[in-house]
Amino acid sequence: MRSFEYAKPSSVKSVLSLLGRSFEQAKVLAGGVDLLGEMKEGIISPKRVVNLKGVKDLYRLDFSEKDGLTLGALVTLTQIESHPTIIARYRALAEGAHSVATPQIRNMSTIGGNLCQRPRCWYYRHHDINCLKKGGRLCFAYNGENKYHAILGGGPCYIVHPSDCAPPLIAFDSSVTLASPRGERSLSLEDFFVLPSQRMDHETVLEPDEIVTFIKVPAPPKGTGSAYVKIREKQSFDFALVGCAAVVRMEGGVCRQARIVLAGVAPIPWRSREAEEVLEGKAITEEIAEKAGQAAVAKAEPLAQNAYKIPMTVAAVKRAILRAAGQT
Amino acid sequence: MAATQVRGQRIPRLDAPAKVTGRAKYTYDVDQTSDPRLKGMLYGAILRSRLPRARIRRIDTSKAEKMPGVRAVMSLVGEGAEVQYAGEALAAVAAETWEQAKDALSAIEVEYEPLPFEVDTDRAYEKGLRSSPRVERRGRGEDGFDEADVVVEATYRTPVQIHTPLETHGSVVVWTGPSQVVVYDSTQVLFSVRDSLARELNLPPENVQVICEYMGGGFGSKLWMQHYTPIAARLSRKAGAPVKLMLSREEDFLATGNNPDAVQTIRIGAKKDGTFVAFSRRSYGTGGVGGGADLPAPVYRFPHLYLEHVDVTTNAGPAAPLRAPKWPQAAFGVDSAIDELAAKLGMDPVELRIKNDPSEIRRKEWQIGAERIGWKEKWRPWGSHKGVLRRGLGCGASAWGGGGGPGSVAEVEIFRDGSVVVRLGTQDIGTGTKTVVGIAAADGLGLTPEFLRSDQFRVYIGDTRLGRSGGSGGSTTAASVYPAVYDAADKALARLKEFVAKKLGVPADRLVSQGGRIFDKQNPTKGLTWGEATRLLPTEAISQRGEWRPGMTGSGVAGCQFAEVEVDTETGIVRVVKVVAVHDCGAVINRLTAESQVIGGVTQGISFALLEGRLMDWQTGLMINADLENYKLAGAFEVPEIDVVLLDMPERGVIGLGEPPIIPTAAAIANAVANALGVRVRELPITPDKVLKALGKVPS
Ligand SMILES: Cc1cc2nc3c(=O)[nH]c(=O)nc-3n(C[C@H](O)[C@H](O)[C@H](O)COP(=O)(O)OP(=O)(O)OC[C@H]3O[C@@H](n4cnc5c(N)ncnc54)[C@H](O)[C@@H]3O)c2cc1C
Repeated sequence: MRSFEYAKPSSVKSVLSLLGRSFEQAKVLAGGVDLLGEMKEGIISPKRVVNLKGVKDLYRLDFSEKDGLTLGALVTLTQIESHPTIIARYRALAEGAHSVATPQIRNMSTIGGNLCQRPRCWYYRHHDINCLKKGGRLCFAYNGENKYHAILGGGPCYIVHPSDCAPPLIAFDSSVTLASPRGERSLSLEDFFVLPSQRMDHETVLEPDEIVTFIKVPAPPKGTGSAYVKIREKQSFDFALVGCAAVVRMEGGVCRQARIVLAGVAPIPWRSREAEEVLEGKAITEEIAEKAGQAAVAKAEPLAQNAYKIPMTVAAVKRAILRAAGQT
Repeated sequence: MAATQVRGQRIPRLDAPAKVTGRAKYTYDVDQTSDPRLKGMLYGAILRSRLPRARIRRIDTSKAEKMPGVRAVMSLVGEGAEVQYAGEALAAVAAETWEQAKDALSAIEVEYEPLPFEVDTDRAYEKGLRSSPRVERRGRGEDGFDEADVVVEATYRTPVQIHTPLETHGSVVVWTGPSQVVVYDSTQVLFSVRDSLARELNLPPENVQVICEYMGGGFGSKLWMQHYTPIAARLSRKAGAPVKLMLSREEDFLATGNNPDAVQTIRIGAKKDGTFVAFSRRSYGTGGVGGGADLPAPVYRFPHLYLEHVDVTTNAGPAAPLRAPKWPQAAFGVDSAIDELAAKLGMDPVELRIKNDPSEIRRKEWQIGAERIGWKEKWRPWGSHKGVLRRGLGCGASAWGGGGGPGSVAEVEIFRDGSVVVRLGTQDIGTGTKTVVGIAAADGLGLTPEFLRSDQFRVYIGDTRLGRSGGSGGSTTAASVYPAVYDAADKALARLKEFVAKKLGVPADRLVSQGGRIFDKQNPTKGLTWGEATRLLPTEAISQRGEWRPGMTGSGVAGCQFAEVEVDTETGIVRVVKVVAVHDCGAVINRLTAESQVIGGVTQGISFALLEGRLMDWQTGLMINADLENYKLAGAFEVPEIDVVLLDMPERGVIGLGEPPIIPTAAAIANAVANALGVRVRELPITPDKVLKALGKVPS
C-alpha cells in the first residue's frame, strides 16, 4: 500500500472540497471494507483518503409514511437488517442486507459503500493482471475463468455487480442523492448504475468529486410484498451466484405492479422488465412465477462456464416472486 | 491398555485457557514483548516471480537498499536463472516496518524474459510434459477382467487443493551470538528444522534452537524446513537484528505446497454376486514443478489389480503432503466407482462393500455406521428420489497406518512440593499433543484429571532445548510420544515409591499410585496422599528420562463414513445434513481431542467435496483465487451434525487418528449426491454449476 494523505472532515461541504478531479487524487472512505482491500492489494493507490465518518448528517435513518425511508450513506448493513420498520415494510431490503458476508463485515459496511463497492472479478482484483477495467486491453474473463461472470449486459467487460442491497433498493423504486461542488442531484437508483459499454472505469455515474449522501425509498403502497433470494456456493459467507429482489403489489388477488431486480448476473443490478411484464395483471402462481423467471433470462448470453446461471436465475426469480406474494 | 482415570476420558486441552484468552503466542505473535531478545526486530518480505515461467535477465536491488528503514537486501536468484512458477522467490528484504519492507520489494527491479508456460494439467499432459508411466500390477493385472461378469468404467476428477492453515507460514529468527541462532517457526517438525537450518548455516545443531509452542495448523505443508527460514536467518545475520518473516495468505497459496489434482479412469470388474474381481486405474495429475501426484491402491479386496500413473509437470508451485496425502482423492475415485457398480448390479452399496472388505474392523464399522445413519429405513435406490429437494445417502472407506516409533526422549520431574513438570521437544500442531503428553504423564504417575489441570502440573513442549522428538506427520505423534512420556513417568514414580515404601514399611512393588494417593494394594487404607509422598523426597526434585517402549502402541486403523445430503435440484446447492464417522484409533487417549480430530477431518473433507480448488488462469499462468474469498473453505454453515463413533480398542494400544477422518468424506458425499439425484457428478468440488449440468438443466 502506498502512503496517502488522510482527512476526516465534519461536513459534506468540506468533504467535497477535499476530493479531486480524478479518483487517483482522492477516494472517500466509509466502512473501509472494500476500499482498504483495494488499497492493500495495490489495485488502487489514491493520494488522499477522505473519511466520511465525521459527517453527522450521513448517519440519518428515518421513516415516515409520506417521505418513506431515508438512509444516510453511512447507515450500516447491520442497522438495515435489524430495523423493525425495514423488516416489516421492506423485507427484501432487510433480507438483502442480512445476506451480505458476515456479522463483522455488516457491522462495518455502510449502505453508501455497498452501492459504490467495486467488482469482485478475480482478474480485476489480481494485482498482476491489467484487465480492461483497469485500463488494459483485454477482458481476461471472456476467454478465461468466467464461472462467476455476467450472462446479461456484459461486454466488453463481464463483471457482475456484487451488491445484494442495490437490487432490493431498485425494486422499491429508490432514488439516490449525490453531492458535488456543483451542487446536489437526485436520480433514480436504477440510473445510478452504468454498464461497461457506457463507462469502463466505474460502475456508477459518480464523478470523482461527487459522493452519495442519501438514499430515499418511497413507502410501499398497501398490498406490497417483497423478498430477496440469494443463491450462493458457500453458505457461510459468499457473494451471490444469483440474487433476485422481487417487489409485488397485489390487489384483489392480482399483481398490479411488479419489480424484479437481479444480482450476480450482470455488470449492474439488473432490472428485468421482461419478468415484470409477465406478472402484471396476473394472479401469482408457480407457473407464472416460473414464466417470469424464463422471461428474465430469455436474452441471456452466457460465457463458456456460466450457463448454469440461466436455470439458477429462473429458480431465484420464481422463489423471490412466490415469497414476495406470500405464497411460500 | 484399559481406560484409567485420565486416559479415555474427556480432558479439555491443557492450553485451552491460554488459547482463548490470547495468552498463547504463535510464531505470528512473537515480538519483544514475548521475548526480550527480539528487541529491534525487523520485518522480512520476499519478492516473488510475477510470471509463471521466465528467465531473469537482470535483478537490481540497489534502489531498494537505499530505501528508508531498509536494513538488508538479498537476491535469491542469479541473473540468467529460470523461474518455473509465479510465486517463486527472487529476492528478500528486511526493514524496520512491514510497510517499508513491502515498499522496498517494489523498488527491486526485475527484468524478465517471458518463456512459454503451461498451467493446465490436461494441456500439459497432451503436450507431453509428463513422466513415464509408473505401473503396479497384482494377480493377472488387467487380464483379470476376463473373469468379471459386470464391468463399470468412469473418469473422476479432483482439483489441486491448498493446505490453507489458519496461521500462514513463517519464521522469526534472532542471532544470540556469532554462531548461535534462535528460530521461532510455525512448524510440524522442530528437530528437522533445527538440523536442516544448522546444515544450511554450517553450524552444529546444538547452536540452533527452534521454538514452536503453539501453531496454527500446517496439514503437511510445514513438514520440513521451508525456504523462508534460512532466508530469515540470512537477512537477520546481514542486518544484525532479529527478523520476522511471515508469509501473506497469497504467498501461502502460491509457494508453500499443495495437494495435486487427479484425473483417474477407473474400471472395476465383479462377479454377478458382487464379488470384486479386478481393478484398474489409469491416473495423472500435477504436483506443479515437482511430482508426487501418484495415488494409493484401493483398500478393498481385488485379486487382480492394475495401477498406472503419470505425473504431469506444470508451472505451478510444488506439491506437499496434505492430511492423508492423496488418499481422499483416491477414495473419491474408488468409492464412487463402487457405487456405480452397485447401481449396475442392483445391490445395496453397503452390502457390496462388506462383501469385499478385507478388514475385519471395518466390516464391523460399516454395520455401526449404517445403523447410525438409518440406512435401512432411509436408503432408496438411485433415481427413485423425486421433488425439488432430494435427499440421498452415501458412504466411503478409510485406512491408515498411524503407528508410532522410537525417537522421543521425555523427562518427568517430581518436586518435593508435589508439583510435576513434563518436558518433551515435540510440537502441538493443533491436534492436542500437549494434552496427550500431559495425560501420558498423569497416567504413568497415577494422578487425577483435576491434578492435570491444576497449576501443580506443567507440560513444556515446542522447543528443541527439550528432549528430542520426531515430526508430526503421518498421524504418528500420539503413538510416538505417549509411550516415551509414560515411560519417564513410570520411572519417576518408581523412585518416589522407594521413599514411600520406606516410610510405610511396605515393599515398593506392592504400592500403587491411583487417584492422587500412593497406597498398599493389599491394604488400601494404608497409604499417603500425593503431597505427603512427595514431601519425603530428600532433594528438591527427582527427575527421570523415558523413551518409547514397545507394547503400548499399534498400527493400521480402519474407518468409514456415511453422509446424508439434501440437494436443491433447481439451484444445484448441496447441503450436507449429517455425517456419521466411525473410526478406530486403538486405545483412545482423550475422547475430546480424538473426536475433535474427526470433526476437523470431516469438515475439511466437506470443504474438499463441495468448495475447494485452485484455479490457474491459462492466459496469464497466474492463480486467480489465491485468497480466502474465491478459494472457498467450509465455514460454520457448511458443518452439519457430525456423529463421531470411536471404536475404543485398548488392547491395540495407541494409534494415530489425525489424518484418516478426512479420507472418506468426499467419497461419501459424492455418493450421497448421486443417490439423491440418480445422476453422478464425477468431479470435485461438487458445485451448483456441476449439479445443474448433471441434471441436464444447463443449456449448451
Ligand atoms: C469478504 C467479503 C464478503 C462480502 N460479501 C458481500 C456480499 O455477499 N454482498 C454484498 O453486497 N457485499 C459484500 N461485500 C462487500 C461489502 O458489502 C462492501 O465492501 C461494503 O458494503 C462496502 O461498504 P463500506 O462502507 O465498507 O465501503 P468502503 O470500503 O469504505 O467504500 C467502498 C467504495 O465505495 C466508495 N464510497 C463509499 N461510500 C461512498 C459514498 N457515500 N459516496 C461515494 N463513494 C463512496 C469508496 O470510495 C470505495 O470505492 C463483501 C465484502 C467482503 C470483504
